[in-house]
Amino acid sequence: MPEIKVTPLGAGQDVGRSCILVSIGGKNIMLDCGMHMGYNDDRRFPDFSYITQNGRLTEFLDCVIISHFHLDHCGALPYMSEMVGYDGPIYMTHPTKAICPILLEDFRKITVDKKGETNFFTSQMIKDCMKKVVPLNLHQTVQVDDELEIKAYYAGHVLGAAMVHIKVGSESVVYTGDYNMTPDRHLGAAWIDKCRPDILISESTYATTIRDSKRCRERDFLKKVHESIERGGKVLIPVFALGRAQELCILLETFWERMNLKAPIYFSTGLTEKANHYYKLFITWTNQKIRKTFVQRNMFEFKHIKAFDRSYADNPGPMVVFATPGMLHAGQSLQIFKKWAGNEKNMVIMPGYCVQGTIGHKILNGQRKLEMEGRATLDVKLQVEYMSFSAHADAKGIMQLIRMAEPRNMLLVHGEAAKMEFLKGKIEQEFSIDCYMPANGETATVTTNPSVPVDISLNLLKREMALGGPLPDPKKPRTMHGTLIMKENSLKLVPSEQALKELGLNEHQLRFTCRVPLQDPHSDTDTLHRVYTHLKSVLKGYTIQHLPDGTVMVESIVIKVSSSAEDTNSKVLLLSWSYQDEDLGSFLSTLLKKGLPSGLC
Amino acid sequence: MAAHLKKRVYEEFSKVVQIPHEEAPAKKLRLSKPSKSAALHVDLCKATNSTDALQYLLQFARKPVEAESVEGVVRILLEHYYKETDNSVRLKIASLLGLLSKTQGFSPDCIIDDAINTLSNEKSHQVLAQLLDTLLVIGSQLPESPAIRQRLIEMACKHLSDTYFGVRNKCLQLLGCLGMADTPLTKDNEGPGTSLVGSKDVQSIISDYFGDQDPRVRTAALKAMLQLHERGIKIHEIIYEQACRLLLDDYEQVRSAAVQMVWVLSQLYPESIVPIPSSNEEIRLVDDVFGKISHMVSDGSWMVRVQAAKTLGSMLQVSPHFLEQTLDKKLMSDLRRKRTAHERAKDLFASGEFSSGRKWADDAPKEKLDTNTVNLIASGACGAFVHGLEDEMFEVRIAAVEALCQLARSSPSFAEKCLDFLVDMFNDEIEEVRLQSIHVLREISTHITLREDQLDTVLAVLEDSSRDIREALHELICYTNVSTKECIQLALLELLKNLNKYPTDRNSVWKCLKFLGSRHPTLVLPLVPELLSTHPYFDTPEPDMDDPAYIAVLVLVFNAAKSCPTMPALFSDHTFRHYAYLRDSLSHLVPPLRLPGSGLDLVDSSCGSGSVESAQVFLQQSLNRVNTIQNLDAPGAQDLLDFTIRDLRRLGELQTELAGAADFCATYLRCQLLLMKALQDRLWSMAVPLCLKQNVTATAAAQQILEETYKLEFLYSGLESRQVATIHHVRLQAKALQLVLTARTRQGLDLLMSSCEKFLQDIESFQRLFQAELPHLQDSFVDKLLELMPRLSSCKPVEMVKILQTTLRQSGLLHLRLPEQIHRATATIIEPTGESDNPLRFTSGLVVALDIDATLEYVQDPQNTVKVQVLYPDGQGHVIHPKPGDFRKPGPYRHRLITQVYLSHTAWTEPSQVEVRLLLAYSSSSASLSSQSLASKLGWSDSTDSPSPPEAAVEGTIPFSKSVKVFIMPKPTRR
Repeated sequence: MPEIKVTPLGAGQDVGRSCILVSIGGKNIMLDCGMHMGYNDDRRFPDFSYITQNGRLTEFLDCVIISHFHLDHCGALPYMSEMVGYDGPIYMTHPTKAICPILLEDFRKITVDKKGETNFFTSQMIKDCMKKVVPLNLHQTVQVDDELEIKAYYAGHVLGAAMVHIKVGSESVVYTGDYNMTPDRHLGAAWIDKCRPDILISESTYATTIRDSKRCRERDFLKKVHESIERGGKVLIPVFALGRAQELCILLETFWERMNLKAPIYFSTGLTEKANHYYKLFITWTNQKIRKTFVQRNMFEFKHIKAFDRSYADNPGPMVVFATPGMLHAGQSLQIFKKWAGNEKNMVIMPGYCVQGTIGHKILNGQRKLEMEGRATLDVKLQVEYMSFSAHADAKGIMQLIRMAEPRNMLLVHGEAAKMEFLKGKIEQEFSIDCYMPANGETATVTTNPSVPVDISLNLLKREMALGGPLPDPKKPRTMHGTLIMKENSLKLVPSEQALKELGLNEHQLRFTCRVPLQDPHSDTDTLHRVYTHLKSVLKGYTIQHLPDGTVMVESIVIKVSSSAEDTNSKVLLLSWSYQDEDLGSFLSTLLKKGLPSGLC
Repeated sequence: MAAHLKKRVYEEFSKVVQIPHEEAPAKKLRLSKPSKSAALHVDLCKATNSTDALQYLLQFARKPVEAESVEGVVRILLEHYYKETDNSVRLKIASLLGLLSKTQGFSPDCIIDDAINTLSNEKSHQVLAQLLDTLLVIGSQLPESPAIRQRLIEMACKHLSDTYFGVRNKCLQLLGCLGMADTPLTKDNEGPGTSLVGSKDVQSIISDYFGDQDPRVRTAALKAMLQLHERGIKIHEIIYEQACRLLLDDYEQVRSAAVQMVWVLSQLYPESIVPIPSSNEEIRLVDDVFGKISHMVSDGSWMVRVQAAKTLGSMLQVSPHFLEQTLDKKLMSDLRRKRTAHERAKDLFASGEFSSGRKWADDAPKEKLDTNTVNLIASGACGAFVHGLEDEMFEVRIAAVEALCQLARSSPSFAEKCLDFLVDMFNDEIEEVRLQSIHVLREISTHITLREDQLDTVLAVLEDSSRDIREALHELICYTNVSTKECIQLALLELLKNLNKYPTDRNSVWKCLKFLGSRHPTLVLPLVPELLSTHPYFDTPEPDMDDPAYIAVLVLVFNAAKSCPTMPALFSDHTFRHYAYLRDSLSHLVPPLRLPGSGLDLVDSSCGSGSVESAQVFLQQSLNRVNTIQNLDAPGAQDLLDFTIRDLRRLGELQTELAGAADFCATYLRCQLLLMKALQDRLWSMAVPLCLKQNVTATAAAQQILEETYKLEFLYSGLESRQVATIHHVRLQAKALQLVLTARTRQGLDLLMSSCEKFLQDIESFQRLFQAELPHLQDSFVDKLLELMPRLSSCKPVEMVKILQTTLRQSGLLHLRLPEQIHRATATIIEPTGESDNPLRFTSGLVVALDIDATLEYVQDPQNTVKVQVLYPDGQGHVIHPKPGDFRKPGPYRHRLITQVYLSHTAWTEPSQVEVRLLLAYSSSSASLSSQSLASKLGWSDSTDSPSPPEAAVEGTIPFSKSVKVFIMPKPTRR
């Protein structure tokens, strides 16, 4: 039986460095090629030596597909393609292709320039890598080669995030990447059609969470900001440059517009400006509202949000500032925080999770005195708020996607093992399908039952149509006679005559004959007649003929009577039928073996 | 054959000319056109190839065909059809047959045989489908003949087994449109072997195709079934299971139709019991359907989601248990139970803590959940609305909000529960959704009391820059109940902020506070000292009376004081003075108060609430009194009418509930009075040249009566046909009077002849229109005229005038019976106020936009009837039709017109005023609209009496608002 094998090199029972190998129908595909944020050593990148110990990956992989531009999904790409060596096609959507190099470059700068690492990929490598990228459009079926085809679906999550449907013959796999089943301010919800893949590989970050409505969170956020502004305070929102930041910007921008507010909103510059530019371009990837209104006004052309300058932080009056990085551990956001921390009118809103050890984490846990470098302490008087804006599907969303796609098997990646365990149980219980959760390096094997397409000759089909009812009824299977010819990788079902002709064979008739002894005192012709009347009474709806040459024909079955010379009472019935009439023939023989009923005349 | 046909065509050609038109006057000329069929025939014969023929047919299809020649055309088409080999031409012919059989006045039963005949010989599937479509058209043209129907249905059944989906579709459609409940049908496609199963009814035949392999056919089958339902045939419950299976179909249109189908079944058999698969339990069908449709709210296709969300709203019989599940969403985080923000807010409120700052991990998960109890797949109705309201597409969200509204209106407990969700929707990104949810909240607000935190969220929207949103919110606050005095304070504060930010909202905010005050007097009471900033020891400075914010506070306080007699004791001196001022200037906002030691006491106590009945009685009595007028002599009668009119007018001012009725009566009586005066002039008997003056007054009176009757008819809503008949009666009298006066001026016999003719027509149309009302009009003017009708129509004009004159003088007053509810259409222009002294300056020749904001009450169909008139000082006038989108409907019977009119003029030397007012347009067509019940009852489709508009007003319009003067100044262009 054919099998599909899935091996996570990263993201197996883990979050970070997503990299999943899939072999399907003789093709090997790498899904995502990410890095791990938590490590700075070799564990940062997936272990490509799993694929091959030495040499390039090109001959082992048919294609690489990147689901979206987050570094834990694409961070190892230049390393793999340029340093390990891969020359095959890399598929990603247009927005991902546009934004991905910006992030990679940023990542490279931090690692090499700031941390001083060597043996890291260079800018040129990023460029070379991006040259191998083939862009994808949504719902566009791309033929990687003759058999392998891929198709991208919208996934929400971040701009350009896609789910991919990978198909070889009739076997298929869907990889979700990261996705979001609830729409937000700038992106829509993930959607897939009922493609019924053999395996659905889904992320499971929030496997054990069911989230509250987005609206409450948004409203809370806006209310907090609004109140603070009205008090005359300054609001600092530390963000990561891409993704949530844009959502929050739109949220604030529309709110400002709606409420006619005048306080300035600043966005600390850097790579954001570039990214914003791409957001403006890829309107088709955003949600309904932005798509519908961009003709009048592109929502990403912010009216109220301006670029931030360092000196603005000291300006009097209320303002809102988005600044990077998101965890207040360094950079501009920390500088501004230090400036504003002393005033209780001000506020800092943390829109995401903060790693332990960062200032963000400390203040969220209520620490009011911070020790800064140089033994100085900082009194934190400003208000600290926490808002969770995360764009992964929660448990309900995952279940919803399963319902939409109707997979035959389920495979969970990109989540913690314990949480996956729970979701796995639920999936198996609710959908009664198998669910796998391989760890890194572990292979999950799914046997498939692919349907084999067979060409059927039109003649044969028409002939069968003529015999039965006019319409094929999917519920009632029908038997038909034909010859299956396997020739040069193709299967054909043809009428037997044609097959004979094609193969240059003579037709042979196969006939069964059978002798049934019978005790009957009558003459031969009478016996035959008695057989005839008997059969006539038993087999209704069949054509039974008594032919003048001393035979009885039931359909195509010939019955003759002969009597032995010595004993005229014991007669022998000779039955002969072709193998097509095997059913009827054997029935007749058993029937006649029972003898003729006495009541016959 | 062709020759024969041609002959027929020419025969027909001559027939067209010869048919004598019975009704048409004999002298009328009728131009005969050469028959279309002949031309077509020639064309088709000329056509050498199929493309040409198709072209001819296409051209032919663009022109209408007279009913008389349809049959000939059909014959020619059919003849060509048989000869034609090209499928597309045959297809076009088939479609033309359908089109032609729709021609009015043509009865298609004569071509049905041919159509069926062609059907049995046709090989092409597409043409077959089109032919079936034609049959469908024919069949629906002949609803009265069951035999033909039966034949058509049999045809449909025969072709149901076609391999082309289009043919099956059309067959199903035909069955749906024509199928009858009781006729068993033989399904003869199954071959002779199975004919024992044989006779089946339409429904089971259609439901067989629920499992068809083609999704389009499945959809068509569902639609056909729905069509049967629409035609009043009861659908069997058996198909329920099949329909439910189609809910899981792969194709969205099938699912969408299945949702409708299942819904229909739930409405037909709400109480029947269905088993839950994989358990022994059973539930009501309507609950089961509700659960299933709720499930569809998270469907993959948004069309289906919209459909499902909409459908949910109309399932009012569902058990409350299921209903409340739709809002249920269990949250968890890391397998721990978490409370929703809504629950947290509620707890916070219950614990009495006021708006805490957000604590880190305040939403920390609580107890650990048992993994087995967590149900991730929403079973049944679980969380349907939670999904619907968070949907990606705003269409779905709107549908969900509407459904919530419908369900909440019928279930107070559900209303309470859905409150949080609706309030959340105020924050939606799309304005339509926000607006809709505000409207919905208003509609269910009778069931609910807002908590403080909810009110807080609601009020936050007051700062919205969209005027519609704000106004909707004001409207909402008018109807809202709140629970604490803090809420009142909060609301007041936010409203004042709003007022400060958007001064144009003044009226709306005041009105809002008026209702807020009168709804919560006890909650306002403890706030009064603070609101009026009074102090027990110190005198505080007197606030500025022109400050809109201060007026707003006063409006709140005074309205609360109305039902809280202890409150005035807290007022300071200047408050009383301000009360007197406001009561005078803003009487619609400030209620009459019983103030100690104020002179107003007397007046106000006389018309307390509860006197509506007595006013009603008074109205009735006045009308009865007027009835006795016949017994009085002329001056007495006139006096009585005069007094009654005066009384009624005053009554209308005092009792706003009865204003419409009182006004209506008064106007009617005024008509009578005018008529009476005109008729009872002593000089009537005088020789004509001597009484020229009287003639003038009488003519004016007649004219005025006419005008008033139009007002009576079109300005008041709630009239029954009885009243309309009475009004028309008066109008007829006025016309008679005019006729008599014309006769007396002797302007020429021709004129008199034609006006006599016209009058006779008027009488006839009156008789036709009000056939049902004639018995009530005994002894009236019309009654007498109708008796004399034979004489009138034959006699000479002079004689007729004489008859009329005597009848007019003899006829008495027609008793007016009041309908239940009668309302006068009113309009108030809020903006421009007409107070501004600064002229609007603009360059002459260019335009200036003037914002108009007006409220309309009791206007039916304002989009078509309300116009804006602008009158320039030079007597020039414009009538502007506002766009339909400029009308908003804030409440029942109320409309709001917010529009811009463009003014332009040549240069003036100094600023001057233009007048702006609203007009109510009427016409015979709008008349038939407003009295549709009449039209349907009397078959009044083409009313012949297009009312001749009064000359004074703009044609066919009644001014119904006070005019507002706007100062404008077109400046000369600078060169």
